[in-house]
Amino acid sequence: MTSSGAVGYKPGRTLSFGAEFRRQATRMRTRLALGFMILLPVIILIAFQFDTGGDDDRNGGGEFGSLIDLATSGGLNFTLFTLLVSAGFMLGVVVALFHGDAVASEASWGSLRYLLAVPVPRARLLAVKLAVALTYSGLALLTLAVTAMLLGTARYGWSPLRSTVAAQIPPGEGVLRLLGVVGYLAIGLLVTAGLAFLLSVLTDAPLGAVGGAVLLMILSNILDQITALGDLRNLLPTHFSDAWLGLLSTPIQADDMVKGTISAICYATLFWSVAFWRFTRKDVTS
Amino acid sequence: MLRALSGRLRRALPRMTPRRWLAGSTALVLVAGLTGWAVRPEDPGFTFKDEMLTVRSGPSGTEPVTLDTRYFVPDGASAGSTVPALLLAHGFGGDMHSVHAQAERLAASGYAVLTWTARGFGRSGDQIHLDSEEYEVKDAQRLLDWLAARPEVRQDAPGDPRVGAVGGSYGGALSLLLAARDSRVDAIVPMITWNDLGRAFLPDAAGGAVVDGVFKKAWAGTFFSSGAAGGGAPGVVPAEVDPACGRFAADVCQAFMTIATTGRANPEAVAVLDRSSPANVLNRIKAPTLLVQGLADTLFPLAEADANARGIAANGTPVRVAWYAGGHDGGEGPQTDQDRVDALTLAWLDHYVAGDGPAPADSFTYSRVSGFDAIDRGLVTNAYTITDYPGLRGESTAAVTVGGGVQPIANPPGGNPAALSSLPGAGALSSVLGAAVADLPGQHAVFQSEPLTAALNVGGAPQVMLRAGSPTGEAVLFVKLYDVDPDGGATLSEGLIAPVRLTGLPASADDARPVTVTLPAIVRRIDEGHRIRIVVATSDQAFASPAEPAVYTVRVEPAVTLPILGGTQIASPDAVWRWVLAGLLAAIAVGLAVVLLVARARNRRVDRSVVAGFADTPLVVEGLRKEYADGFVAVSRVDFTVHRGQVVGLLGPNGAGKTTTLRVLMGLTQPTRGEIRIFGHRLTPGSPVLSRVGALVEGPGFLPHLTGEQNLRAYWRATGRPWADARFDEALEIAGLGDSVHRRTKKYSHGMRQRLAIAQAMLGLPELLVLDEPTDGLDPPQIAEMRRVLQRYATDGRAVLVSSHLLAEVEQTCTHAVVVNKGTIVASGPVADIVGDSPTVQVDVDDPVAARAALDGLDGVRFLQEAENGGLIVDLDGTPRRDLVAALVGAGVGVDRVVPRRRLEDAFLALVGDNSRGSGDR
Repeated sequence: MTSSGAVGYKPGRTLSFGAEFRRQATRMRTRLALGFMILLPVIILIAFQFDTGGDDDRNGGGEFGSLIDLATSGGLNFTLFTLLVSAGFMLGVVVALFHGDAVASEASWGSLRYLLAVPVPRARLLAVKLAVALTYSGLALLTLAVTAMLLGTARYGWSPLRSTVAAQIPPGEGVLRLLGVVGYLAIGLLVTAGLAFLLSVLTDAPLGAVGGAVLLMILSNILDQITALGDLRNLLPTHFSDAWLGLLSTPIQADDMVKGTISAICYATLFWSVAFWRFTRKDVTS
Repeated sequence: MLRALSGRLRRALPRMTPRRWLAGSTALVLVAGLTGWAVRPEDPGFTFKDEMLTVRSGPSGTEPVTLDTRYFVPDGASAGSTVPALLLAHGFGGDMHSVHAQAERLAASGYAVLTWTARGFGRSGDQIHLDSEEYEVKDAQRLLDWLAARPEVRQDAPGDPRVGAVGGSYGGALSLLLAARDSRVDAIVPMITWNDLGRAFLPDAAGGAVVDGVFKKAWAGTFFSSGAAGGGAPGVVPAEVDPACGRFAADVCQAFMTIATTGRANPEAVAVLDRSSPANVLNRIKAPTLLVQGLADTLFPLAEADANARGIAANGTPVRVAWYAGGHDGGEGPQTDQDRVDALTLAWLDHYVAGDGPAPADSFTYSRVSGFDAIDRGLVTNAYTITDYPGLRGESTAAVTVGGGVQPIANPPGGNPAALSSLPGAGALSSVLGAAVADLPGQHAVFQSEPLTAALNVGGAPQVMLRAGSPTGEAVLFVKLYDVDPDGGATLSEGLIAPVRLTGLPASADDARPVTVTLPAIVRRIDEGHRIRIVVATSDQAFASPAEPAVYTVRVEPAVTLPILGGTQIASPDAVWRWVLAGLLAAIAVGLAVVLLVARARNRRVDRSVVAGFADTPLVVEGLRKEYADGFVAVSRVDFTVHRGQVVGLLGPNGAGKTTTLRVLMGLTQPTRGEIRIFGHRLTPGSPVLSRVGALVEGPGFLPHLTGEQNLRAYWRATGRPWADARFDEALEIAGLGDSVHRRTKKYSHGMRQRLAIAQAMLGLPELLVLDEPTDGLDPPQIAEMRRVLQRYATDGRAVLVSSHLLAEVEQTCTHAVVVNKGTIVASGPVADIVGDSPTVQVDVDDPVAARAALDGLDGVRFLQEAENGGLIVDLDGTPRRDLVAALVGAGVGVDRVVPRRRLEDAFLALVGDNSRGSGDR
């Protein structure tokens, strides 16, 4: 049997990871998102310069109040604080942006049908898009953490990781703990990634996919505040999103992180499966 | 209007195919089932009933007292199927309702459970005698008699039920005293209770006599007030009750009054407390005992359980000790600790009372707080097990050196202001007290160590050597151990402090004999870099201290002994989730592998046969039909063929089904029926053979932020084919964009984008070029240029398929044409055949009447009809047009023009002209 395609065409070589990575790299939204990851620690750092050391309870206590007070105690704590304030909403938006935009933007530009007519096999197109979106999300998270670490260390010095839940952790181990925090945040964001990616496949409107994913995450967060829901809250995708605090205690409390990981992987697998199932069958009309 | 609306609604909603019905109803049933399961009323597995029992007890054994009881019987228990029984006693200040939940759990585990409100509380009669042998203990014995008479309760012998006694605090002491007095009790589980009530309320960490102990006034007050209220309505004391004593029996009340008034005990008061203490009767306890004590308990610290454990174990009775992170200050503790205590309790009862299950080990378990829970902010503990109960001295000891010389400290007049260490009665709230713990300046001396070089897992009672001097020869001092972190934050573990009353002191600490002070047992990890701080204070709000002001001198000897506890960590029940996670990951990996294998197998089974006859035919469309999910038929039946060298025009009005056909052709849409073969390969979405097709379908699609050239390169990169095959230069030349090719496509005009899209379709010079409305947006010179390009393109064996709604375009560009309308083909063939000159012409003349007369004179020429503009439509039937013109001119008729009429136009207009509107977008 002779090859049925054109000379030099191999389905497995279409839309390589590198090709898609470069397609996304040229986009303004990619650059803005990554740039903001560098900018945010700078903004936070500048904001802390206004700290007059006045009244003690201006941060209102709150569940993370102590971490805010500790943010300026060293580079590690500054990084922790930066991650903490980003984890709730901003990282979710960035991840939703990378994933929700992946397929929907091609559909809205009309370039999706040309990719499919290359032809890039549909499952391959989706897999490469997903891999690149995950890579950019990971890059964003790492950029944020590394920038915060460098800036914080330059400004506040290299000191142990402190928290009020447990003893301070020496800097070397503190870096490992922070890496663990970044890793767990990444796992938690898989839910957002999965949902946004699914919506991206279902709709041709990139903003709809991004906004939809963010909205559902906010809804989950709201429901999680309602303690009347009891054990049902364990099913909410964001219920275990704060479990990384367990990494700050000695010994590490990993149980909630394990549950959070299970939850996140289940949701992400479900969303991605539906996305693949749908995309490999749907009529592309855009 | 309404109908239009409902029609629109119907179209907006997904059409209900049988499959959707099935999926929808399955989902509905699933949701309904889950909801039903979630809200279903649980079958508790037992029933209970309340009864006021009158029993006879008291010193004479004949004094009646009414007890409020609640009796739980497991379902299925009967005389034929007997069950073991449990007496479940409540804590001080509570009543039988406060142990209801625990009783339910035990009843659900198969025990008949009898709970009751102790005398002096709630609805039960009489007064509080403080677990007196003659009263409360005798009451419990009568309840054993009552249980023995129940047919469903298992009997060891007539009148001897198989029974265990369980209780916390007040109820725990009762279980110990009952087991000591009544050998019918088969096992007991006393929790957070006392050994010696006198020492609990009058402690002296230096080992002094109870009668000289330092009065724990805060707890005693809480204790007394909750008993005085007797569980009745708050603030309302029945008229017949002495308002000073409430429901306390006179002797108990008198003892409290004495101690509370002076802050000092007397032998009579101590005797009353002794009567309520298991300490004196431990040697009579033969029932296997599980002692559960709380780490956060300033009322009955771990030392009480330790004394009970040693006393009972001395008889050879099985004893097991467990510590958990709760107690009178810490409450029930974290869920993991509650679960562990419940499991230990049940295992103990199951073996020693029910006779089921293996003999529980007598190993010691304890838990250590490791931090706060990230989710609900509760305490997180790790539990450990040690084979032999080590007591309060630890498995080993560590010596820490503290510094600090002799320091003077002042006793405030009246013992006020006093330091704060704990909040008795605040329950779990005490755990948030940490920050409020305060020593007062001038009233305390500090002795501190260097930072620890290694973390210490302290577990047990630390010991310090204290020297004190007092001008009066006496001193009451409070010794505390703080964990000081590198930032200076000091933590007093669970608010536990050691009061001492020292007598016979010299005036100065320098001359004093060192006294060993045993601090309350704690379980705490003191991390590396932290310091140990020993504080000696003169006052504390929880204790009564002398009212006379004085200045003492104190010194703590440098050597501080810390007991160390190790043990094996008990795997948290949550550890199972790690296996779940591993299983989940494995399942996903396997699932992914299966999906990939199935996909590959299916891929292999795909019909890749090449129909030999069509192997050289660029495109064969056979019986194509496309029906959308909403029932709209875009293409009902289309068949046509494109051969090499042809430029085929797909002609039809807007909405005829051209674009749908091309969408199917590009593998974007699945056909409902029919098939498409490209070079003989059956086309499915994503068929590799599509790589031999270049396409422009439904307008250009470019990345707006890239330039034209970058777009073409990005596209070619996506094909994964060699750069040399792309022929960029040729494509760019066709696009004819000049320097604009370096501008971003979002700045392009419609025509520029269209030309770039055509160039993209031509990248790699595909053997079949499919262009959907290619001249859309082009200006006339560009259209003419495009025409030439397409004609040239088809010359060396390649083929072009052009769709258009413009007749002239097809006519001028194509070699062949396929006319579609309403989803079906209405005409097809070589353009020359269908377009070619028809035998009719239209003649515009200045004098139609004269012209018609002249025409009549010509053979074979026939007037057909008058055209709309007044011209004449004439059938020439082979007569050359020049002859017609010559004849007309010869007849003196002025000829403005002669226009050939074409068949295709006729056909096209006849077929589609009247319904080019409203056919929808196909």
